[in-house]
Amino acid sequence: MSTLWLVISGTLTGAVGPGISVLYAVYGELITERAGRINLGMEGCMLMGACFGFVATAETGSAAVGILAGMAAGALAASIHAGLVIYRDTNQLATGLALTLFAGGVTAYVGRSYVDDIIHGLNPIAIPGLAGIPVLGEALFRQDILAYIAYGIGPLLWFVLQHTRWGLSLRAVGESAAVAFAAGRNPAVLQLVAIVLGGALAGVGGAQLSVGLTHTWSEGMTAGRGFIAVALVIFGLWSPLRGMAGALLFGGAVGLQLQLQALGAPVSPFLLDMIPYLLTLGVLAVWTGAADRAMPEGLKTILRT
Amino acid sequence: MNTGAGATESRLSRIHQLWRNGPFSDAESALRASLGILLALAIFAVFLAATGTDPLEAVSKGWDGVLGSPLGLSEVGVTMIPLLLTALATAVPTRVGLVNVGGEGQLFVGALTATGVALFFPVGQIWLMLPVMALAGCAGGGAWAAIAALLRRWRSVNEVISTLLANYLAILLIDIFVFGPWKNPEGLGYPYTTPFDLAAVFPTIAGSRFHWGFLAPVIALVITYVILNHTIWGFKMRAVGGNPEAARRRGIAVDRYAIAAMVAGGALAGLAGMVEVSGIHHDLRPGISNNLGYLGLLASWLAGHNPVPIVAACFLIAVFLEAGDVLQLTVGLPSAAGLVLIGLALFFVLGMRRVERQAL
Repeated sequence: MSTLWLVISGTLTGAVGPGISVLYAVYGELITERAGRINLGMEGCMLMGACFGFVATAETGSAAVGILAGMAAGALAASIHAGLVIYRDTNQLATGLALTLFAGGVTAYVGRSYVDDIIHGLNPIAIPGLAGIPVLGEALFRQDILAYIAYGIGPLLWFVLQHTRWGLSLRAVGESAAVAFAAGRNPAVLQLVAIVLGGALAGVGGAQLSVGLTHTWSEGMTAGRGFIAVALVIFGLWSPLRGMAGALLFGGAVGLQLQLQALGAPVSPFLLDMIPYLLTLGVLAVWTGAADRAMPEGLKTILRT
Repeated sequence: MNTGAGATESRLSRIHQLWRNGPFSDAESALRASLGILLALAIFAVFLAATGTDPLEAVSKGWDGVLGSPLGLSEVGVTMIPLLLTALATAVPTRVGLVNVGGEGQLFVGALTATGVALFFPVGQIWLMLPVMALAGCAGGGAWAAIAALLRRWRSVNEVISTLLANYLAILLIDIFVFGPWKNPEGLGYPYTTPFDLAAVFPTIAGSRFHWGFLAPVIALVITYVILNHTIWGFKMRAVGGNPEAARRRGIAVDRYAIAAMVAGGALAGLAGMVEVSGIHHDLRPGISNNLGYLGLLASWLAGHNPVPIVAACFLIAVFLEAGDVLQLTVGLPSAAGLVLIGLALFFVLGMRRVERQAL
């Protein structure tokens, strides 16, 4: 079998695993942005989820408790952002970045005594039958439980946003808070729920990274995945299903990088590490023509192009 | 934002305008900001107590080590040098309505290009060497910011996202060099470059770590202040930031101003990188920034992006950062404590600000 085939199949089978944590953050940021808010603290929410998810798993021995702790930590972090931007009218970009720095400090502080710990985290579950499909089966159906849940959230989120009353209210607030208010919705409460829910999802994503994928904790381990999620929401034109494609693309870039590293490609490993960021930037540069039209009106003051 | 300019303004209102939007712009705002900082300290004390450190001891050690000693004050100054530059790196593009979140990456690239000059083009005496390195740092940071500016101009990529992603690319770019071709062969395997010649190093002052690189932010502050507030360029920048369409119709080259402001911001952050490698590390190594880019952005925001209050905001952040380091040495806290404290202070100062309720 040729090396090229090895790289391609390895990239495909390795694409889903690293993509799942980002996918959760994409869902979270998507809900937030559909409500007309932006949360650059997604990176911080993921980091909180990764740290507290790991710590809780290490302390209780239960990965399920860890995931819930990660979710709670992400939601709690996001509630700071929500409270400040909604009720104190602070700048969304600055508040989100402050949250990310704060989370970086808190997790470095809390996590430092857990750096060398080994946990029994989530393990891949092979779906009988489906997992046997060459390449595709291995890629999609030999993942941990959070991956399967993530597959379901995308279509569910699409349905909720497009076909439920709550989804309509949320989108209305995202387009024009004033009009939604006039129509009897409460923009502040809807946005609060959206931001906190978004943080909870990012927290699960972070926990998936530490408890599911790597089974380790290290300072700053999310390495910009929360920011990448913000970029992928734009790439996905605020649609959950296209967001799934974006996360898979990011996962594929990580998979490709790992394959090339494993094969001993004769370039600097740091150059290979650049691939996911370059790809994200690249797809944005190629795709953003449509972003202007798809962007929720409420975001346009803060993300104008 | 109010962009009203008038020739008849009194001196007093001009000074007031400098502080406009800042957390200390009037008595009530100052009270609110101070209260916010006190609240942040109180929460931090609870946090310390919860994690097993005596908060009173931490406060007294922190005070002695930071504001109560010449050494502590000089260290605050050392931190302020790059921080002022990264804060200006955000303040300048904000005038044309662009958000530069890439100070971190621009700082790294500026450090890289300045190091390149120091290692491979030793142009001579210190009085020539340092300015050339500073220019190289500005060029590096400016070029890095230009990527985001051009991506925005040509491909409508929002600069918040592109500068954020570019930060991670810049960190990896440094790694390529310091783990690869630039690694010191006699460095025992550490990812550091060869130490700089003395001609490429800012001399220190009075035996402290405070170095002559402080001239860089001082000059940058003066130039930025004058350009933003007293030249036609600054006026046109505000026009572009206020209403680009109106500015375009008045014949202002909007795109040129936007790109130039972004590149200038990048150059300022790049200069911060040069000052750090030349004044503190004397070589290039990973992790030289330690969030200075992001903290500069937040300082600028706290100060309403005005050069004068930026100094106060940078001082505040430098004090908290230094407190984190002092507490690490004295009571064994992780240095991340500084970031926790800064995060809390930002939340409370931002949150305590007066909110003018707008009708929905």
